[in-house]
Amino acid sequence: MALLDIKNLSVEFGSSAHPFRAVSDVSLSVDAGEIVGIVGESGSGKSVTMLALMGLIDAPGRVTADALTFDGKDLLGMKARDKRKIVGRDISMIFQDALTSLNPAYTVGFQLAETLRQHTGLRGDALKKRALELLELVEIPDAKSRLSAYPHQLSGGMSQRVMIAMAIACNPRFLIADEPTTALDVTVQAQIMELLVSLQKSQGMGLILITHDLAVVSEVAQRVVVMYAGEVVEQSPIPTIFDTPRHPYTQALLSSIPEHSKGAARLNTLPGVVPGQFDRPTGCLLSPRCPYVQDRCRAEHPPLAPAHNALARCFFALDDAGKPVYG
Amino acid sequence: MIRFLLRRIGVVIPTFLGITLLAFSLIHLIPGDPILVMMGERHIDPEFYKLSMQKLGLDQPLYLQYWHYLTHALHGDLGVSVRSQVPVMQEFLTLFPATVELSICAMIFATIVGLGAGIIAAVKRGSVADHGVMGVALAGYSMPIFWWGLILIMVFSVQLGLTPVSGRIDLLYDVTPVTGLMLVDTLLAHDMDAFKSALEHLILPSIVLGTIPMAVIARMTRSSMLEVLREDYIRTARAKGLSTTRIVLVHGLRNALMPVVTVIGLQVGTLLAGAVLTETIFSWPGVGSWLINAIGARDYPVVQGGILLIATLIIFVNLLVDVLYGIINPRIRHAR
Repeated sequence: MALLDIKNLSVEFGSSAHPFRAVSDVSLSVDAGEIVGIVGESGSGKSVTMLALMGLIDAPGRVTADALTFDGKDLLGMKARDKRKIVGRDISMIFQDALTSLNPAYTVGFQLAETLRQHTGLRGDALKKRALELLELVEIPDAKSRLSAYPHQLSGGMSQRVMIAMAIACNPRFLIADEPTTALDVTVQAQIMELLVSLQKSQGMGLILITHDLAVVSEVAQRVVVMYAGEVVEQSPIPTIFDTPRHPYTQALLSSIPEHSKGAARLNTLPGVVPGQFDRPTGCLLSPRCPYVQDRCRAEHPPLAPAHNALARCFFALDDAGKPVYG
Repeated sequence: MIRFLLRRIGVVIPTFLGITLLAFSLIHLIPGDPILVMMGERHIDPEFYKLSMQKLGLDQPLYLQYWHYLTHALHGDLGVSVRSQVPVMQEFLTLFPATVELSICAMIFATIVGLGAGIIAAVKRGSVADHGVMGVALAGYSMPIFWWGLILIMVFSVQLGLTPVSGRIDLLYDVTPVTGLMLVDTLLAHDMDAFKSALEHLILPSIVLGTIPMAVIARMTRSSMLEVLREDYIRTARAKGLSTTRIVLVHGLRNALMPVVTVIGLQVGTLLAGAVLTETIFSWPGVGSWLINAIGARDYPVVQGGILLIATLIIFVNLLVDVLYGIINPRIRHAR
């Protein structure tokens, strides 16, 4: 049984008369020790899905799911009080902008110790020792003096390391990293990614990596989920997805990576933007932007169906040559 | 921290000069002078009038009078009251504790109620509680102090008989002034009945004086809290699995307090202005009613000295707020 199991998770915002589905029927399961990448452009619902899992969607947002279980426990039906014992301890999350994710009014040590105090019996010197240990674990130089530093005295990379230390403080079994390197310098990005993966290996955590950087996913993840406009459009193991994308959107994402379009005069891009609340097409959500669009795509909404060795939400899933199979 | 303090103090000096000039010119702009007021409707002998003016130094040109006032003030000499012939400083020191006591109680009321109401309104945003609290705050802010005081006296003192109508303490009690704060003095005298009486006398004036600051604090707390609760670090705190109470009070309030502390500091000015009215309504023997009477009598030294002392106090409180600000917000403390 999978460590994390999500079945048909949906998140709606707005009034019940005119709801906007930010996430629609997302299913996903992650095993212990597995790294799953979730990719998609801005507004595709990657972060909202994970925030819903953490219970961080506020009213008037509504979260529904057929199943949302962690280690066999139902997260959705659980009382808030019980859920707080899991969130932050067994499941933790790090965010895109580490600088604003740390409270400016408290020291690094305070914020680190707070998590430990909340979920473990550690107090006094043992607590301090563990906090120091954690900072050393995330390779922060001069860790001892950093404990009494305030967030504004840290660089972006350093802040993200502190966030990671906080996230792994209670040896979580599952970590969600929401674009952990997007706000960082390129050189620091690689270091942080390396740190995350080595921690994931040594702790045996399940890891969900939200990103729009396919290159990162290809290096570390075992499986990738592609999201578009709140839906999963393709799910495929790595490296299969890079050689034979089954969904036109995945194909477009891949061809927008500079390395993949060598020789082309211009970088391939998909015209248009992700549909918002008021311009959702009927039928396939990609239909207005899809180069292979057919009449059926505009009329009917395709289900997520097996296509070769992957799952794709397309009536005419691409073949090994990258051409749609009509018929 | 020392540099921070020195820089703040540097700003105080020009402010100070401005205040003396303002206090001096404003009172001299009002028609009449102390002698005219004292003589009232009676016929004034021009010779006597001239002599009296000379005695008070009021026959000199204004710039010279200002110069004397300024140099004496710098030496700590605020002059002698024209009416009572008591040094201004001495009168002020006798009356000031009463105003301080009233202001402190009013501020405690305003801060506790205002902070609480603001936090509840922000956390339960859009609920009945939110609209209720903000409605009351708006009403409180728009309340004319004079009318509000009289209404409270009418309801609670006259009709319900719950609180005394005026004064600081029942006439039965004879408390030796040590600190000048009635609550402290009665406690020092181990007289619990007197303490209770002093406390009862404080309730209504404190509420009246604290109403406007309370409304301002409540509104400021709400908007500041709402802003803070949207911050990324609040999401982090929730992702840690902390309780809502802890998130709001530890992670939210500390950051939301910064603008609120400034507002509380600024309210000290409002408070002293309000004290003039409140003290008049409740016959409270403080500096507010003292100043009002002095203005009526054109008691130049008292008005000039009193305003200067009160302004000094406000400057000092604002300085204190700046320092407090630095303590709450580490980013300011460390700024160069």
